[in-house]
Amino acid sequence: MSAVIDVHDHGHHGPARGLMRWVLTTNHKDIGTMYLWFSFIMFLTGGAMAMIIRAELFEPGMQLIEPEFFNQMTTMHGLIMVFGAVMPAFVGLANWQVPLMIGAPDMALPRLNNLSFWILPFAFALLLSTLFMEAGAPNFGWTFYAPLSTTYAPSTVTFFIFGVHIMGASSIMGAINIIATILNMRAPGMTLMKMPLFVWTWLITAYLLIAVMPVLAGVVTMMLMDIHFGTSFFSAAGGGDPVLFQHVFWFFGHPEVYIMILPAFGIVSQIIPTFSRKKLFGYTSMVYATSSIAFLSFLVWAHHMFTVGMPLAGELFFMYSTMLIAVPTGVKVFNWVTTMFKGSLSFETPMLFSCAFVVLFTLGGFSGLMLAIAPVDFQYHDTYFVVAHFHYVLVPGAIFGIFAAVYYWLPKWCGHMYDETLAKLHFWLSFVGMNLAFFPMHFVGLAGMPRRIPDYALQFADFNQISSVGAFMFGATQWLFLYIVIKTIRGGKEATQEVWENPEGLEWTVPSPAPYHTFSTPPEVK
Amino acid sequence: MSTERSHEEYYVPAQSWLPIFMATALFLTVFGAGSWINDMTAQVGTGTSRAIFIAGALLLAGTMYAWFSKVIRENHAGMYSPQLNRSFVWGMGWFIFSEVMFFAAFFGALYYVRNLAVPWLGGEGEKGISNLLWPNFEATWPLMNTPDSEQFPGPKEIIDPMHLPLLNTILLLSSSVTVHFAHTALKKENRQKLKMWLGLTILLGIAFLFFQVEEYIEAYQQLGLTLEAGIYGSTFFMLTGFHGMHVTLGAIILTVIWLRVMKGHFTPEKHFAFEAAAWYWHFVDVVWVGLYVFVYWM
Amino acid sequence: MLLKSNPWVRCIVGMLLMFSNSAWAEWAVNLSPGATEISREVYDLHMIVFWISVWIGVVVFGVMFWSVFAHRKSKGAVASQFHESTVVELIWTAIPFAILVAMAIPATATLIKVYDSSEAKIDVKVTGYQWKWHYDYMNEKVSFFSNLQTSQDEIYNRAPKGENYLLEVDEPLVIPAKTKVRFLFTANDVIHSWWVPDLAVKRDAIPGFVNESWTYVDQPGTYRGQCAELCGKDHGFMPIVVVVKEQDDYQKWMKERQALASKERELKDKKFSKEQLMTRGEEAYAKNCAGCHNIDGTGIPPQFPALKGSQMAIADKAGHLDIVINGKPGTYMAAFGPQLSEVDLAAIITYERNAWGNNTGDVIQPIEIVKFKAGK
Ligand code: HEA
Ligand code: HEA
Ligand code: HEC
Ligand code: CUA
Ligand SMILES: [Cu+2]
Repeated sequence: MSAVIDVHDHGHHGPARGLMRWVLTTNHKDIGTMYLWFSFIMFLTGGAMAMIIRAELFEPGMQLIEPEFFNQMTTMHGLIMVFGAVMPAFVGLANWQVPLMIGAPDMALPRLNNLSFWILPFAFALLLSTLFMEAGAPNFGWTFYAPLSTTYAPSTVTFFIFGVHIMGASSIMGAINIIATILNMRAPGMTLMKMPLFVWTWLITAYLLIAVMPVLAGVVTMMLMDIHFGTSFFSAAGGGDPVLFQHVFWFFGHPEVYIMILPAFGIVSQIIPTFSRKKLFGYTSMVYATSSIAFLSFLVWAHHMFTVGMPLAGELFFMYSTMLIAVPTGVKVFNWVTTMFKGSLSFETPMLFSCAFVVLFTLGGFSGLMLAIAPVDFQYHDTYFVVAHFHYVLVPGAIFGIFAAVYYWLPKWCGHMYDETLAKLHFWLSFVGMNLAFFPMHFVGLAGMPRRIPDYALQFADFNQISSVGAFMFGATQWLFLYIVIKTIRGGKEATQEVWENPEGLEWTVPSPAPYHTFSTPPEVK
Repeated sequence: MSTERSHEEYYVPAQSWLPIFMATALFLTVFGAGSWINDMTAQVGTGTSRAIFIAGALLLAGTMYAWFSKVIRENHAGMYSPQLNRSFVWGMGWFIFSEVMFFAAFFGALYYVRNLAVPWLGGEGEKGISNLLWPNFEATWPLMNTPDSEQFPGPKEIIDPMHLPLLNTILLLSSSVTVHFAHTALKKENRQKLKMWLGLTILLGIAFLFFQVEEYIEAYQQLGLTLEAGIYGSTFFMLTGFHGMHVTLGAIILTVIWLRVMKGHFTPEKHFAFEAAAWYWHFVDVVWVGLYVFVYWM
Repeated sequence: MLLKSNPWVRCIVGMLLMFSNSAWAEWAVNLSPGATEISREVYDLHMIVFWISVWIGVVVFGVMFWSVFAHRKSKGAVASQFHESTVVELIWTAIPFAILVAMAIPATATLIKVYDSSEAKIDVKVTGYQWKWHYDYMNEKVSFFSNLQTSQDEIYNRAPKGENYLLEVDEPLVIPAKTKVRFLFTANDVIHSWWVPDLAVKRDAIPGFVNESWTYVDQPGTYRGQCAELCGKDHGFMPIVVVVKEQDDYQKWMKERQALASKERELKDKKFSKEQLMTRGEEAYAKNCAGCHNIDGTGIPPQFPALKGSQMAIADKAGHLDIVINGKPGTYMAAFGPQLSEVDLAAIITYERNAWGNNTGDVIQPIEIVKFKAGK
């Protein structure tokens, strides 16, 4: 018996054919797939911009592009990677996996789900189109501080603002959908404390999204008003304050960076137990740690603003609260390591990426902790040390997390095993390239190289050259990833239902590839 | 709850044109709006951009209409299980929360300028040294004289909280009560009273909007209180303006509900659309109380 | 020497040397301890947190690598079944917390010192402009701009790059050694950030607000830094140079500066020949305007208009005076009236009206500028 009723008789046996399948679909798997491909295209786009940045920074002096265009590249690279690559990738993974992992037939609100996705291509088309407009693309950094982004911005800032608006709407709807799915659609018997950690981390991420995306919408609205309608939110002449912008932005911005890491925490917490053949150590504390991180993330925003001249008390408060985040994050790291301890480990590609995640994310966390020490941040702030910090948490953090997830679940999605040899090659090249690209940034940062500059003093030349070579290597390697994924989709060794050795979770109880409709009748969880 | 759930059926809709229409409409709307605003600022012709905006807005309205109609039809066809209704409840609840956070951004801005930025500019507090740049500026709230009165001439006067705003407070608070009466009437299956109380709620909402427009006209024409009047005007109009837009939206939603009531929709047991509209209305009301206290009064 | 020249070797050695304190400075892979008590404290804090991180890393990764090597399935490892321990969880919550508290104490102490700018002997107001710094010795009636000195030829690889490429200015900030100097930061347009690593001072310059900081340098010397907040096109090209002089030298320098300033003030009543104005104008144009309008007046369209052949520069003289003196609000074109002396303004405008084929023959005297300003 199929419990999924359907007004039209087609649809629940399998997908429709042709392009319209993708445009009109309400199926969580289709939508997940689209999110993932969209995110990959954005990753390539943002990555191509990073390559331009790295090429210009290969040597001192201006070689390829003008400073004005360099600023556009930096801005668009940051925006696209954050909003176009990482966030949609996680939403894509949630779309595929959350229903499968909680035993639901689909997302709670399928049509809304389709809408959330299709807003994105429009939003990014709008954003990218500014590159071809006369005034040029946004050039004020992904943090778009006023008044550089208001009074002094190119006219395309208006499109940027509206792009952010609809992208935010997409994120909020996506998050609402995920919350409704998780809280309302779990299979009988799956209590909250039995939920897989990926589902838990996404639940918390969704709350973060709903809480902060509207704040982002608010701040860009204030910008719009300042630019076109004469208000003075960010202008002291009228009684406002440019720093107000930063407070509101970072109230969004800091939780945003955890939005980009919590789902990766969840992914790693799924993968490490599987390949350690051992239950996750400290499940309960993982849940509490994730919640604490999310809670604390609302109290630390001004650690990005230590140099704006906050009163001393504010400075101290934000320093202490930021440092505190190391405690729950540490709990997570220790739990992962202890899960591996005395396990029976094997190192398939998802596990390789996860192990690299644990080590390199922690390195990024350590540099984060150094940044949290306010008086020392006066030296680090706006240097390449910060750039090194956040690429360590984002590239081997968020991006490696996504790679790990794709290798882990790809056989479930398309029914074929990926090519393990090529995948391992992808891992090692990425690992080496990424460290080569981002580790030297610590050195130049500490030695005094500011960020967002198209040209630099001579003493930074050597390390920048190495960085660029590493970046090209990491970038070129991603073609290999594309090749591996396409190859797996088109054929390869049949994947079994379980794919891995005794993995835990409902997704492994359905066939590979997962049928178009799963769990029409909810499974019973003991 | 889990035992009952396992036998329910969850409705997964078939393919739909609605979302892609909606996404296209949103795109046209914002692209049109952006171009329009830019054209205005650049003082060039706005014909095309306005047309795009209007096309987008119409498509948006049309799609919303079609979407909600479809949901209502499906609902009446009995395709929605109690579980799906719970999804709607969660959805609406967290949507309202996101709205709360949107207003929080503006209330936060108000708090910041009142208690920190303006005093600093006027020479008070830890960053009072900023007054060096504005030697003639004195911090007051409401801010009648801005630091640079040439660029941002402050308002001559501000709205008296004890007149129109007080009236509006009474109107809006009573509308929250009437919508509650309507709900009770619905639950008691008293359709006549339901229609009356709901209708009255809408009228109160419209009256509120009328007086708000009145107040804006007065602000612009007599008080010199405008968007350009420095930070007081900025926060005042952004907060009350967005609130007003929400009242408008709420009133439209309530009108739709009222029309549905007239068509005989809703039962005492099943009327989530009504409840969602009522929640929204209460939310708008609560925001107003915040506004009345922090924007008009204190 | 191979070690010094090959970047690859440098990188690998640099990574290895991370673990050795003495090597840090030589290789420019670390913060410099700097030239003030504060900068040294900051450096020490930095090293403390760094070493704590290293040791936590050694322990955590040590355990992890031990598992990776010892508990492999391929080596026949069999998984244990433990998966919970409240005691262990509590321990590894409490220990990091204690470590953090230990770090927070010295950090707080240093921060309080940084915030205490009382009892300074000298006040310098530092104003960020797109893209140069302005220094105003508030009690001395001396003020000047500080511009990038590196030539466009060096930047565009048409000439070899000098030793202090991008870190050199025409007029450095001069302060005395062994004296507490207070800085008051603000900005004229967008947010900038004044940063000199050796002084461990980085403070944002925010338009409309004033931020304070201070320094006390023990040794005379030259300290270089850069603007550290994205401020538009030439954010990478607005360096900071601080020259610290012994007390006596500083006094001498200040006297000379004051004399120069009063001479400048007298100049505005003088009449100049066209040649004088053109020479002075060319120089001042290169310094103040070429960044946007280009050295040959062609601008960087579309954002920055060409002045060569521009209607304003060949016909509309009043408009020309107006836009240069008052700027155009809401665009990058700043008001130069308050920034430049009357002589420089007159010279620049004369230059623009006669250079690059804009042969109007107009000569604008400083007095005209004075009148124009008064008429406003
Ligand atoms: C995924 C994204 C991500 C994550 C997870 C983090 C995590 C952290 N970040 Fe980071 N951060 C960014 C993304 C992220 N950050 C970005 C994008 C920016 C720059 C934005 C911009 O300006 O463009 C930034 C900038 C940034 C700054 C501002 C720097 C500046 O501009 O001057 C600061 C300052 O405090 C900071 C701190 C931290 C801290 C303390 C953590 C902590 O969460 C880290 C906690 C983890 C650990 C500490 C490691 C594991 C813990 C243990 C093993 C336990 C034991 C450890 C100890 C007791 C030391 N970050
Ligand atoms: C998740 C987020 C994310 C990710 C994944 C990345 C990935 C990369 N980033 Fe990131 N970056 C940011 C987020 C991210 N970045 C943010 C937020 C900023 C701050 C912006 C700001 O200051 O406003 C920033 C800023 C930033 C800077 C500083 C710019 C400046 O201050 O001026 C640099 C400089 O090297 C850099 C480099 C890179 C590189 C080399 C990669 C690589 O990992 C990218 C690799 C991927 C590819 C290359 C794509 C795949 C390959 C192709 C498309 C084929 C073409 C390839 C070749 C020709 C080899 N980034
Ligand atoms: C930060 C960049 C910048 C600098 C530096 C700058 N300008 Fe401009 N200038 C502009 C911009 C942008 C405009 C166009 C303003 C507009 O939109 O009309 C402009 C316009 C002008 C015009 C009017 C041109 C026309 O045809 O409309 C003149 C004349 C001019 N600038 C002279 C100068 C002089 C003289 C200096 C130096 C003392 C100078 N500018 C420095 C950015 C700059
Ligand atoms: Cu000035 Cu960056
Ligand atoms: Cu942060």
